[in-house]
Amino acid sequence: MSPSSLPIIQAYGLTKDYGKLRVVDRISFAIDAGECCGVLGPNGAGKTTTMKMLIGATPPTAGELRVLGHTVPQDARAMRARIGVVAQSDNLDPDFTVEENLRVYARYFGLSAAEVRSRIPELLELASLQDKAGAKINQLSGGMKRRLSIARALLNRPELLILDEPTTGLDPQIRQAIWQLLRQLRRDGLTIVLTTHYMDEAERLCGRIILMDGGHILADASPQALIRDRIESHVVEVHGAGGERWLATAPIGPEVRRERAGESWFFYGRNLESLVRSLDEYDDLHYSYRSSNLEDVFLKLTGRDLRDG
Amino acid sequence: MADTVRRWLAVWRRNALAWRKSARTALLAGFAEPLFYLFALGYGLGSFVGQVQGVSYIGFLTAGILSTSAMNAATFEGLYLAYTRMEVLKTWDAILAAPLGIADIVAGEVLWLATKSLISGTLILTVAAGMGLVVDWQALAVLPVVFITGLCFGALALLVTSFARSYDFFVYYITLLITPMILLSGVFFPFSTLPEPVRFGAAVLPLHHVVEVIRPLVGGRIELGQFWHLLVPVAYAFGATSFAIWRFRRRLLC
Repeated sequence: MSPSSLPIIQAYGLTKDYGKLRVVDRISFAIDAGECCGVLGPNGAGKTTTMKMLIGATPPTAGELRVLGHTVPQDARAMRARIGVVAQSDNLDPDFTVEENLRVYARYFGLSAAEVRSRIPELLELASLQDKAGAKINQLSGGMKRRLSIARALLNRPELLILDEPTTGLDPQIRQAIWQLLRQLRRDGLTIVLTTHYMDEAERLCGRIILMDGGHILADASPQALIRDRIESHVVEVHGAGGERWLATAPIGPEVRRERAGESWFFYGRNLESLVRSLDEYDDLHYSYRSSNLEDVFLKLTGRDLRDG
Repeated sequence: MADTVRRWLAVWRRNALAWRKSARTALLAGFAEPLFYLFALGYGLGSFVGQVQGVSYIGFLTAGILSTSAMNAATFEGLYLAYTRMEVLKTWDAILAAPLGIADIVAGEVLWLATKSLISGTLILTVAAGMGLVVDWQALAVLPVVFITGLCFGALALLVTSFARSYDFFVYYITLLITPMILLSGVFFPFSTLPEPVRFGAAVLPLHHVVEVIRPLVGGRIELGQFWHLLVPVAYAFGATSFAIWRFRRRLLC
């Protein structure tokens, strides 16, 4: 096997304990060059801890991890010279301008002055920040900061880009712009691993989803395969005051799986036409009838309990 | 080796750029304040005291002020600004996502903190020389000593920062160690006037030894025996740097 056909990331039995608490429990996966893989899961699933292990920011309690052929954490510094990392909260330097942020960060990679001079305009353009080279960080909007964080992670022309919740806390329009940027990087052949708890983000960006909960991998497939194999094809979502009355007479066959979350009922099945027709007589009920999506898979596999903290 | 130094310098240069942007206020604290002490106490108190150990009081005090300013310059940035970089700005997290490790950050920070001491020492020495308070060119040997002082107190400050959970924590270190050191290390009056148990206690700490090396140099004397005192700040610098690296690894890589 030639080195280029080796997986970019190989994790085997990766485990992390904090005291007696097992946060990541013997997970194994491999990510190939050119993949865009989304790591999904509710709070406390072990996503961020897994990312921290990937970049060598925390040592695994057990298991084996190789990134770009480097053993992590032993050889993590050499590995980090070849990857880009975008942290969950922007850690740009507020004392510096946009351009200075890039220049200072390039020094950590030992890039030559000539290289930096040619790289900075390229990256500013990629991040649509050409006019902001001399702006201070606190003059930038949230979306601009995020794009600069991504540009900064690309200074060293990484072979792998790791992003922890890249669009959390951003406006919908800004999220679209970030997605566009990430899709462009993906088209250019960059391997991307990102965590998210937005299903639409995962569905749009990622060719592959690793769904985690309680430190385990619950599913590992493409979004399409997950929706096809892990959930009924359609769902009817019903909410409103007259729900109990309708339920008593509703034509719900045994093949229909039902779930309740607060005031809402969810009915999953292949053929729900008659169920939908029966709802038309109840004016006080609201419903939607749609094909199942990744969020339904997520909720089915991880449950509907609230996870705080 | 060259690569290791390059990584340390990358951290150093980041701090140097940040300092340059706020140099005016930084200089005011690190340079003007000690000079006020020097002139107020030196001339004011000096008119009552007369000569101390064969030199004018202000000449005597110059060495003390050089030593404490070197200590303070490294201490305050190593506490407050380093903590801000670590906890508030998350600058260190960003650096740790690049090919640098904890040891690179600590080494780069300690070198920078020593540079702060050197800047403060250079400015005070220049003014003191302009006032005729420095006897001879030997006084230039003060500068490497001031740098070593910065390595020592910079490393100690980072070690304290490695334990800190908020800015309040630094009050303990400043009140219980830094302030007594300033008062009991022979900065304002000869060390020999202190009772023996106090002298013994102060001699365990580094500042007294720094004063012992700097004072003859400011007075134009080079005595080889005095340089033995430098072993104390050097030992503190190495000990505190190693301990701080270990502490930060446990704190940040978990």
